[in-house]
Amino acid sequence: MTQVLNWPASHDVEKMPVVPLKYYGRWIAAAVLLIVIGGLVTSMITNPRFKWEIVAQYLFNEEILSGLLATIWLTLAAMAIGIVLGTGIALMRISENRVLTSIASGYLWLFRGTPLLVQLIFWYNLSALYPQITVGFPFGPSLGSFDANRFITVYVAALLGLGLNEGAYMSEIVRSGLNSVPVGQREAAEALGMSRFRVMARIILPQAMRVIIPPTGNQLIGMLKTTSLVSVIAMQELLYSAQLIYTANFQTIPLLIVASIWYLALTTVLSIGQYFVERHFGKSDRRSDATPQAEVEDPNHSARSA
Amino acid sequence: MLSSQSGAPGSQEFAVIARGVEKSFGALKVLQGVDLTVGYGKVACILGPSGSGKSTFLRCMNHLERIDKGFLHVGGKLVGYREHAGKLYEMRPNEVARQRADIGMVFQSFNLFPHMTVLQNIIEAPIGVKKLSKAEAIEDARRLLAKVGLTDKADAYPRTLSGGQQQRVAIARALAMRPKLMLFDEPTSALDPELVGEVLTVMRDLAAEGMTMIVVTHELGFAREVGDMVVFMDGGVVVEQGSPSELFTNTKTGRAKAFLSKVL
Repeated sequence: MTQVLNWPASHDVEKMPVVPLKYYGRWIAAAVLLIVIGGLVTSMITNPRFKWEIVAQYLFNEEILSGLLATIWLTLAAMAIGIVLGTGIALMRISENRVLTSIASGYLWLFRGTPLLVQLIFWYNLSALYPQITVGFPFGPSLGSFDANRFITVYVAALLGLGLNEGAYMSEIVRSGLNSVPVGQREAAEALGMSRFRVMARIILPQAMRVIIPPTGNQLIGMLKTTSLVSVIAMQELLYSAQLIYTANFQTIPLLIVASIWYLALTTVLSIGQYFVERHFGKSDRRSDATPQAEVEDPNHSARSA
Repeated sequence: MLSSQSGAPGSQEFAVIARGVEKSFGALKVLQGVDLTVGYGKVACILGPSGSGKSTFLRCMNHLERIDKGFLHVGGKLVGYREHAGKLYEMRPNEVARQRADIGMVFQSFNLFPHMTVLQNIIEAPIGVKKLSKAEAIEDARRLLAKVGLTDKADAYPRTLSGGQQQRVAIARALAMRPKLMLFDEPTSALDPELVGEVLTVMRDLAAEGMTMIVVTHELGFAREVGDMVVFMDGGVVVEQGSPSELFTNTKTGRAKAFLSKVL
């Protein structure tokens, strides 16, 4: 059905100038926001109570830097515990053994269902429950025991609290990643005679990574800031170091700004790192290095007739 | 290895011997006692309406599905079980894996590993499972790629290939394990019509080289031309089997007749 257009031959469309659509609403919104932000920045600079000279003075303070270092290692260590634990729990959850799946679900229920702050304080006070910790077999011989008060230092309590809690969240992320890999991938790998470990390590996990990495990056950045919670059990990380200083000199706001600047610097670095890691695991998706070829078909639609 | 070679009489001479194979998914009994014997070097094409259990039967042959009842010998070995002192022991996953290494399988949906290049797809199992050296595996892979006509695609990622090319890579990947038997699960059903031919050509060449093949397919032309035997399945049993000329021209059972009249 071709429609005959009444095309005025005298109008040479090709030579007409093009007038782009004007987005007045967007321009107004942008202008208003710029004015607001400009006002805020001006006030931050001109308001002497921000005391930028004190911020500058304490930015590289020795205690702040050692707190920064504690924040960094605590973030990395807790995240490492969380990832290892989360992977284990995710594997348990997809297991065919009902006991394993139930234990994994119970873990998730407990650690995701109680506030992290409560968990931290709980671990810190564990010695009240178990004054002596004994390593050994149930009803069997003991391999030695030690004083809980000495073993559960703030460091151990902080690592336990953050790591165990993170494990619960990471397990959901890992599980969704594993589930995102089509069944056909496992079957193809198994049909080639690969061992279950090899199927997981070489075929399933690398593909699951593309789904796992972005939320894990978020978790890592979240963890960096969550470590500030351990200041309540008096571990000297970045925030607690700042608190120790401002309780002595009453310069609360400038020292909080110091801590915030460092948190922002670290999250910026992590975001950049995340970009490159994501790019690495998505390389098979990039078409640039591919030969220009036929249509793209979904290689893994799981249609299977019996 | 030692004990599993016993079992059905003559199990050594045949690539596949199935006796009364049954398989249920929940309440649905998909296989209701399948009997089939396929000799080495033969091409058996399994036809039948969807839901007849032909794909499930194929998947049982390399233990992707576990059979509930009956006996299934593939390559002279009982699939998934080890015979010892008059009892059948279920194999450990790694034993099953070893058994599968001798059986190649090609899927309807190709199932290439999308995070690996074509070459990496092909050398992954030979290096990881057969413990071939990387150089040896790559040499093998290049030879196989030439065979399926995809020499220039070694470094491409699967998603940049057409369906037909992907399936040819999948065949090369299965062949890289030097299998004694190749299983094809509707290898051309997910392909655009104009891409079916290139895959069938590769399979035809493979059959000409004497590869033992079991092909679940809807390509009657291929079954007639390449198949040494045609097996018609319906309702979870083998309804009729014979040489292509027998089965196509002198169909005995009503069910096979009805099916063939619909698809021809």
